[in-house]
Amino acid sequence: MHSASNSPADKTALSLGRIAIHGVLLIAVLLYLVPLVVMLLTSFKTPEDISTGNLLSWPAVITGIGWVKAWGTVSGYFWNSIMITVPAVLISTAIGALNGYVLSMWRFRGSQLFFGLLLFGCFLPFQTVLLPASFTLGKLGLASTTSGLVLVHVVYGLAFTTLFFRNFYVSIPDALVKAARLDGAGFFTIFRCIILPMSTPIIMVCLIWQFTQIWNDFLFGVVFSSGDSQPITVALNNLVNTSTGAKEYNVDMAAAMIAGLPTLLVYVVAGKYFVRGLTAGAVKG
Amino acid sequence: MATLELRNVNKTYGTGLPDTLKDIQLSISDGEFLILVGPSGCGKSTLMNCIAGLEQITGGAILIDGQDVSGMSPKDRDIAMVFQSYALYPTMSVRENIEFGLKIRKLPQAAIDEEVARVAKLLQIEHLLARKPAQLSGGQQQRVAMGRALARRPKIYLFDEPLSNLDAKLRVEMRTEMKLMHQRLKTTTVYVTHDQIEAMTLGDKVAVMKDGIIQQFGTPQQIYNDPANQFVASFIGSPPMNFIPARLKQQDGRLLALLDSGQARCELPLGLAANEQDGREILLGIRPEQIALGASEGNGLPAIRAEVQVTEPTGPDLLVFVTLNQTKVCCRLAPDVACQVGDNLNLQLDPARVLLFDANSGERLHLASTAAATKDNVAHFKGR
Amino acid sequence: MTTTTAQLRASPLDALQRWLPKLVLAPSMFIVLVGFYGYILWTFVLSFTTSTFLPTYKWAGLAQYARLFDNDRWWVASKNLLLFGGLFIAISLAIGVLLAVLLDQRIRREGFIRTIYLYPMALSMIVTGTAWKWLLNPGMGLDKLLRDWGWEGFRLDWLIDPDRVVYCLVIAAVWQASGFIMAMFLAGLRGVDQSIIRAAQIDGASLPRIYWTVVLPSLRPVFFSALMILSHIAIKSFDLVAAMTAGGPGYSSDLPAMFMYSFTFSRGQMGMGSASAILMLGAILAILVPYLYSELRSKRHA
Repeated sequence: MHSASNSPADKTALSLGRIAIHGVLLIAVLLYLVPLVVMLLTSFKTPEDISTGNLLSWPAVITGIGWVKAWGTVSGYFWNSIMITVPAVLISTAIGALNGYVLSMWRFRGSQLFFGLLLFGCFLPFQTVLLPASFTLGKLGLASTTSGLVLVHVVYGLAFTTLFFRNFYVSIPDALVKAARLDGAGFFTIFRCIILPMSTPIIMVCLIWQFTQIWNDFLFGVVFSSGDSQPITVALNNLVNTSTGAKEYNVDMAAAMIAGLPTLLVYVVAGKYFVRGLTAGAVKG
Repeated sequence: MATLELRNVNKTYGTGLPDTLKDIQLSISDGEFLILVGPSGCGKSTLMNCIAGLEQITGGAILIDGQDVSGMSPKDRDIAMVFQSYALYPTMSVRENIEFGLKIRKLPQAAIDEEVARVAKLLQIEHLLARKPAQLSGGQQQRVAMGRALARRPKIYLFDEPLSNLDAKLRVEMRTEMKLMHQRLKTTTVYVTHDQIEAMTLGDKVAVMKDGIIQQFGTPQQIYNDPANQFVASFIGSPPMNFIPARLKQQDGRLLALLDSGQARCELPLGLAANEQDGREILLGIRPEQIALGASEGNGLPAIRAEVQVTEPTGPDLLVFVTLNQTKVCCRLAPDVACQVGDNLNLQLDPARVLLFDANSGERLHLASTAAATKDNVAHFKGR
Repeated sequence: MTTTTAQLRASPLDALQRWLPKLVLAPSMFIVLVGFYGYILWTFVLSFTTSTFLPTYKWAGLAQYARLFDNDRWWVASKNLLLFGGLFIAISLAIGVLLAVLLDQRIRREGFIRTIYLYPMALSMIVTGTAWKWLLNPGMGLDKLLRDWGWEGFRLDWLIDPDRVVYCLVIAAVWQASGFIMAMFLAGLRGVDQSIIRAAQIDGASLPRIYWTVVLPSLRPVFFSALMILSHIAIKSFDLVAAMTAGGPGYSSDLPAMFMYSFTFSRGQMGMGSASAILMLGAILAILVPYLYSELRSKRHA
């Protein structure tokens, strides 16, 4: 929307106004980018370079030793994160899809109540379930394992994945399911042949949302894992916040980049699905 | 093809809620075309869903070919349905849409191909077989939806307002095509619509529904000429029937209805009274097309002079609105009649066509035998 | 190809089909009942026990809650939450709305700019905390940069100043979340009926005035959604504190989530930790319930 007037005085006012708008937006762009730029610059410097220069100074020598050392420290945990995230994302998405399918097209008495209970679960502060969950994991023999973390992430990701799919499927006309039933298709046939092929957009949203949430998680990681089973967020925090010896900021920043790159890449490549996930979660039905 | 019978069918959605369907009773024979017509919320779509098995009835029985299918799931009832929104599977091509039901029934591929070819030829959609539903126009989608139903060769076809989503011109075309197809294929069909023209033109039998009850079940002519109550009378026919509140007068055993146009008065003879009705307030029902322009010299037909309030030339007709008994009355006249607002017209009402309704309940009243009194008058009305 | 024998009763397979939806939903129902509500109940019970390193079920009444209220660190954490939450929500809303309004002006490369504003949401709070910890490093971070650029004597030691450290948390959190608020409001602005705006322009109102008096008030639902989400983020903030300050210096930047973790898992005070978790739940409910109530009421009126 823009003003409809066209006189010369208004035109200069308009262009001054537009310059101001662009100016503010540009400053904002810089402010948002600065931390990332600083992280990158710092990660390619040597510790001496860091102490002599400042945040935005160009490296005297561009070196990868920070990255090498960071990778050496956190690579195991990087693989842990993959071992945790990939299964958890796939399983929670699959269950969410089936749940959403039932809740939108095969409603029965009590299913709406269940959905309400589930919705409430999206707001849970996880602090209220940490203790009992860790007791349960212990009893199941899954304490301090990546599988245990997968279980936890699946359980507590269900609320969101079900919400995504249910809200998406609700907009599919139920005449479609009726037609399929008359054609003779059963519960799973309808899901496989009709609903699933239509679900590509929401599957993308769900996968990307879950990937971001689970990869970036710290709370579950720090509570339910230890030592060898820790995800990279925990490893990063341990690395950065240990006070032994001189701080090697280049290593810290490189490790932070390693931890952040996967979700950042996903965002850059599939950003629109990410945004849809955010707004879908925000507009709770 | 098959017969369909509904016996005392009831449907409630929950204890404490009013019945959606109350005591539905009707039956059609093999090859008949049944229309379920009524306003929104009358239960016609629910009834159709129950026949299809998509919803369970809570009382009574549904019989197809004499067998009770009330407990059977939709796929076992051998029924095909065409939906108002067509409900074509969006990710499948037209061919795959038509094949879907056949593949589930594990028909051999050769037989499937044959069916698809037959149906495509019948509906002239051969050139569309590779397209997806999103690439089709409304009319094309409608044909594909019909093709999907036809390919199944079911016992009964169900149509849920299939023409409602089409524009007016296309609707008229498709209506004629549906009639032709039914004549050709002689399929037992149940067709839901809210359009009373479709009801009159397409059906062998019509069931008019309101609030979950069948108001009247009969042929289109019966519904039109002999409606059971005010609702049915007003629902069928466009422009709708006029309902004139009138007081009855009984004179020497003959029943008369009193009409007052503000300009003149008239006593409309209704025939020999069955019992004492003097002074009773009723509703006089007469269709616009049953009011004629009378010759200025009396010819024995009951006529009344009234002032024209509004004229609506529609092309094929001239609709003229007058006031009788302080009620707006619509008259359908020939388009070449010269008249303007303010003119006084001599209007003749055919007593043989006049229907009486109870002023409170709307029920049809048979208070007099009209045959003897008006036989002569009938000869003058050739009917429109 | 019709079925030759019509059954009078439903086949057993039909019965299975009727149960299938319920069966499919059953595991999730179980998980929700146990893993969500069951566990909350469990924690609730624990908060009334004398548990320390291990759970015991000896009744302690409200003792743990009393200990919380006597605990200076808990008070600091709670006050910090109010300060952090208030600033975080207010500033994120302000920046988000401003950027959304500006971007609504048909800017070229709008999509590219939006992508830049939103990318911080893709990062873990640990990464964000680590980055900003470095940026706000007293002596080597922003202050050194500004000194090198000519601003002599600039000092920025908020990170180690017990009275100011919370502001550092606010800065990092706002950087991460304001892009999301911008996206929400931009979507809302795009949905505004253009004819209302044109009517106001014909009435002679200037564009900023139109935004302030007509457009933004119509986005009230978006405000409330944003408020809900930001409050939720604020109350749950744990990762950010852990990475940036670990609650320090001392416990001056502690937040309830950090407190709960530390007392439950590091200090072996399960009873107290559970009580603090229940209080956090209470805080969320205090915001959620009125919001849902007003939503339901407006839906009933609509």
